[in-house]
Amino acid sequence: MSLIVAKSLSKTYATDSVEVKALQEVSFDIEAGSFLAFIGPSGSGKTTLLNLVGCLDKPTSGELQVAGMDVVTLSRRQAAEFRGQNIGFIFQSFNLIAVLTAFENVEYPLVMVQELRPAERRDRVLKALKAVGMLEQKNQMPEQLSGGQKQRVAIARALVTQPKLVLADEPTANLDHETAYMILRLMKQMRDNFGITFIFSTHDTRIIGEAEIVCTLEDGKLLRCEAGNG
Amino acid sequence: MGNIFKIALRNLRRYKRRSALTISLIAFGVLFVLVFVAVTASIKDFMIAQITDSYLGALQIHRGGYVASIESLPLNLNLAPAAVPQIEKTLAGIREIEAYSERIKFGALFSNFTETTNIRINGVYPEKEFAALPQMLSRISEGEKSVRALEKGKMLVPKLLAQGFGAKVGDTVVVVATNKDGSVNGKTFLVSGILESATGPGGRDGYIHFDDAREILRMSGKEVSEIVVRVKSLPQVEEVAQSVRVGLGLGEKKQKGGGIEVHTWSQLSPFANIANMIDIMTFFIKLMLIAIVLISILNVMIMAVYERVREIGTIAAIGTLPRKILSLFLVEGFCLGLTGAVVGVLVGLGVILGLNISKITFNFGQATGLILAPTIAPLEVVTASLMVIVVSVLASLQPAFKASRMEPIDALRHV
Repeated sequence: MSLIVAKSLSKTYATDSVEVKALQEVSFDIEAGSFLAFIGPSGSGKTTLLNLVGCLDKPTSGELQVAGMDVVTLSRRQAAEFRGQNIGFIFQSFNLIAVLTAFENVEYPLVMVQELRPAERRDRVLKALKAVGMLEQKNQMPEQLSGGQKQRVAIARALVTQPKLVLADEPTANLDHETAYMILRLMKQMRDNFGITFIFSTHDTRIIGEAEIVCTLEDGKLLRCEAGNG
Repeated sequence: MGNIFKIALRNLRRYKRRSALTISLIAFGVLFVLVFVAVTASIKDFMIAQITDSYLGALQIHRGGYVASIESLPLNLNLAPAAVPQIEKTLAGIREIEAYSERIKFGALFSNFTETTNIRINGVYPEKEFAALPQMLSRISEGEKSVRALEKGKMLVPKLLAQGFGAKVGDTVVVVATNKDGSVNGKTFLVSGILESATGPGGRDGYIHFDDAREILRMSGKEVSEIVVRVKSLPQVEEVAQSVRVGLGLGEKKQKGGGIEVHTWSQLSPFANIANMIDIMTFFIKLMLIAIVLISILNVMIMAVYERVREIGTIAAIGTLPRKILSLFLVEGFCLGLTGAVVGVLVGLGVILGLNISKITFNFGQATGLILAPTIAPLEVVTASLMVIVVSVLASLQPAFKASRMEPIDALRHV
């Protein structure tokens, strides 16, 4: 069953005098439970595509359905609600909230977005932290964690809302090689355990092999999608 | 909401120095306002009490038109003998009234047998006068400081007049006056005391016994020029005045057109304008406090938004609704204002307590060595605190609104 269906998706950024075609007529279907990587050089349109799928931006033209919802027509508020219920995000720079502990960072979307009761929140947060191996560091502040640990907390934060889809934009770009592998394996493990679709972008050729499906973008065009080595 | 407070407080702790600076600025503003209000209010209250308790009274009752022509002290505008018992009955029935005193006022010639000048004579019943004006006795600088100073045949002479004429306690002087029928009469008096002016150099008011005044003016009935009233609580003087008016059956027409007039001290004394000026100064000091709070909170919240653009992008991306981002920043502003107000109030009350303990003295009129005893009404404290908190939230609105309107995709790109 398709979780994401994109048809002729285009995105054009217009500056004062220049028009940049970030995506051109991109179409694809992504099955639920996929572990998929968008690869390509810088400027190929990876981040733009993830932003569209993540309802952070709207296409200039084309159709896009995520989890059965036509996300192109969503208002700003509807898009925020949709993200909060259906999509988890993992960022290149981890983007943990500096004033909150690891536990509180993971808890944040349950408090501010899903508004769960404290007991249920605590249960879910502890499960998520345990799943990413960060239970012992739950009371540490982000500044006390290494890059890999921060990204584990970020993964736990993305998973804790039990989303249908997790989007990760260059999740390993700020990590060393070994840690990058570990994070990718962790993401795949989470996919296996929770059945969540993982889509990530990368231009790091060392970790591309971890993806089960690899889609290549170049100059805003989707060249191909093929089975990876993962 | 509790979690929003928790995150807001942690964000404030993140920038400890900046938050501390903002809080101390707000606290200093609150402290300054509270101390200013306490000191000026206590001085103002003292001055008003000095005026009302030593010569003016809280209220005065006259026949209609008397106050308008008070400079000529018109005897034909005295309250009629028949009206006085009715007024006294009304005053006796109002619990908020502590005392009252009837006066006959008239212009006269004052002579020490070698020189003559004009004087304003107040004929009073000493017990009633001193009960209605408890600080009047303290104005007697020489002579008897008791009701005996105004026994029949005795006179309290205003200080400047006594100095000019070389009159001393124990001297005999003459008062000559014309009554309302045009006949002239005089009476000798023993100077029983020298009376200081309540508000500084000046004043030509001499005091004699009520019956002596009636004798000089050859009054058959008990005519009264004015009735001076002391109230139990000065801040409620307007309400008491209204009760008196109602008790006397004074409608709008009677009040304006004749009959009886009831005036509060503020309608009779130019010092009311000074009191109003103090209130206006206090108002502008409060405006300054608002400006301090507004600018400091606005500044710190704008900086907070600009420094946390990526963070705002992150929380927006994971689905935080704009109104929650808005409330997050509003709560930060609220917490800054609340903390500043609490610190300012605590320190302010401490300073006010310190001023009371240190017993600073000041002078007013003839009164010297008066001890400054600043007090502040709880309502003033609550008002200042609420004002600071409300302004803090208002000042946070623009930055908070800006944060809530940020597009997550733009905010996440921010470096």
